[in-house]
Amino acid sequence: MSAAPATIIDKLWDGAVVCTEPDGPDLLYVDLHLVHEATSPQAFEGLRLSGHKVRRPDLTLAVEDHNVPTDSLTVSDALGREQLETLRRNCADHGIALFPHGHRRQGVVHVVGPELGLVQPGMTVVCGDSHTSTHGAFGALAFGVGTSDVEHVLATQTVAVQKPRTMLVEFTGTPADGVTAKDLMLALITRIGANGAHGHVVEYRGDAVRALSMESRMTMCNLSVEAGARAGLIAPDETTFAYLAGRPGSPAGPAGREAVAHWRTLASDPGAVFDRTVTVDVSGLTPWVTWGTNPGQAVPMAGTVPDPAAFTDPDERAAARRALDYMDLAPGTPMRDIAVDTVFIGSCTNGRLDDLRAAAEVLRGRRVHDGVRVLVVPGSMDVRVHAEREGLHDVFTAAGAEWRLPGCSMCLGMNSDRLPGSQRCASTSNRNYEGRQGPRARTHLVSPAVAAATAVAGRLALPADLPRGDQWNR
Amino acid sequence: MEPLRSHTGRCLPLRRTNVDTDQIIPSEHCRSVRRTGYADALFARWRTDPGFVFERPERSGATVLLAGAHFATGSSREHAVWALRDWGVAAVVAPSFGDIFRRNALKNGLLAVVLPERAVASLLERAEADPAFDVTLDLEECRVTAGGESWGFDIDARARRLLLAGHDDITATLTRQDAIARHERTRPHWRPALTPGWASVPAEPS
Ligand code: SF4
Repeated sequence: MSAAPATIIDKLWDGAVVCTEPDGPDLLYVDLHLVHEATSPQAFEGLRLSGHKVRRPDLTLAVEDHNVPTDSLTVSDALGREQLETLRRNCADHGIALFPHGHRRQGVVHVVGPELGLVQPGMTVVCGDSHTSTHGAFGALAFGVGTSDVEHVLATQTVAVQKPRTMLVEFTGTPADGVTAKDLMLALITRIGANGAHGHVVEYRGDAVRALSMESRMTMCNLSVEAGARAGLIAPDETTFAYLAGRPGSPAGPAGREAVAHWRTLASDPGAVFDRTVTVDVSGLTPWVTWGTNPGQAVPMAGTVPDPAAFTDPDERAAARRALDYMDLAPGTPMRDIAVDTVFIGSCTNGRLDDLRAAAEVLRGRRVHDGVRVLVVPGSMDVRVHAEREGLHDVFTAAGAEWRLPGCSMCLGMNSDRLPGSQRCASTSNRNYEGRQGPRARTHLVSPAVAAATAVAGRLALPADLPRGDQWNR
Repeated sequence: MEPLRSHTGRCLPLRRTNVDTDQIIPSEHCRSVRRTGYADALFARWRTDPGFVFERPERSGATVLLAGAHFATGSSREHAVWALRDWGVAAVVAPSFGDIFRRNALKNGLLAVVLPERAVASLLERAEADPAFDVTLDLEECRVTAGGESWGFDIDARARRLLLAGHDDITATLTRQDAIARHERTRPHWRPALTPGWASVPAEPS
């Protein structure tokens, strides 16, 4: 036994190494390969041209999410249909399980895998999608890859990567009520920058993290990539084991007990050294919102649009100027004065049942502001079914919001769920890039409850800002 | 793949930091199932500006993109690499890259080379002043040479080895089949697998 204390990142990495290449990178075994229609067609085409087989169809799961319409089960767009049909053909040819549009288990890839219990502590998970970091919530090593790597994983069930550096992010203190994992991460990313964790795998730790539900932990790890990290993860604990218990992919009986005993060893040893450590005190933290065009350009809701001149770093100053120009915002504007056209509640960041509950709680008995369009897009069909069982869909539709079918929707504006013109949107997704939600769209990232309050107020707002007058019928 | 040893070309100076992959190729252009045909989609939102470097006649035929820090961060879409390559870009030089993009680039023979801020700043200045200014990237020597200056660079060793030899990385990894099979035998038996029938998993797990 080696005496040196190891981080959980070292433990997961070592457990996944198949062999080390002579010139450095490790060949990591992939325990679960998630596939979707947008980044896989060219990979399957590559297999066809080279004659390689899919090594482990049984460790591969495909879903349709990026390109599916969320208003109907009919795909009217020709390109979208070709992409979906290509995935169906590829999965049939290679014996890969697929949850197509309309299936009871369909949804956004990063919502579907976990809810089936297919993501467990100690696993290596990859997907042709940058937000694969989501699955780190389970104490798994999970990262996004491109299409060439998708093909490589299909053919070999491995990926060749140089080990990234390790980083510990410790959230200390207790945040105020109504502060979510989204807010913790926006505060972190603003502090270290949208590339602040570049080249690192991050372990999140601290009482504020322990207190999070699995859904919120997924939100946290999901946003790791917005800090530039390769991956982010949280050591498994009782919350993790309780979430996994009874799910279709989870081991049960004696195998389950054996698994949990192993999972308990997956924690950083006392004294384990990280390449970098960041401590964020979240005492007194309030909900955050972005004002710019990357997730590191954010302030507390009580704040104002910053003056670019105040940034000391010349690159940040130039980026802030450009962002304010694109966002059509003047320095000094209170965030609460910014009016929105659209509110999007959904995505693999905030499209889970907990998120919809938080939004519904704010909307219950209230009406969406005149002229504001509100899309509520559940992260998966399972989320949709459970939300309907709780009557959340009635809350949303009674408030004047649209209750949609699951998919990536307006998170990336790939299908028809796109913002027209230079509309402004409060969005629970993860990227406020220029043109992300539509060619000239302007995006403000917020948590689900803040999105719902904004829908009612017609401008950026916290739930506590809403008049209590209309509560008589809540 | 053809072996790739070095590349020399004129420059496309793009003085901007944090150019994310959504800018390189907006999502609505990523719906094709093909690997080529993305040249027109490259920087689609910026190409409407006749002053944009990719629209300037004096830059036509240039192959080396010079960009600010954090080039191609964000989405994993390999379409960003295919679009650059389809337009005719052979190499990108920047102080830093998004991790996934850099992997994707090297896998497609697009040289993504990291140089220090100061080196990139000097190249940008010279290239902005002179459209005929050219840069040589030597993969054997791991060296960028331009206008009498020269800088070494680090690059993923495996990617470099495969590019120099013109080898395909799946074939290279398949020589490790024994090690892969050995690892498979040691995996915990309770790790999940999607055995046939999984797609019909009960709609209502109890
Ligand atoms: S919801 Fe958004 S971030 Fe998540 S997988 Fe879909 S497009 Fe990517």
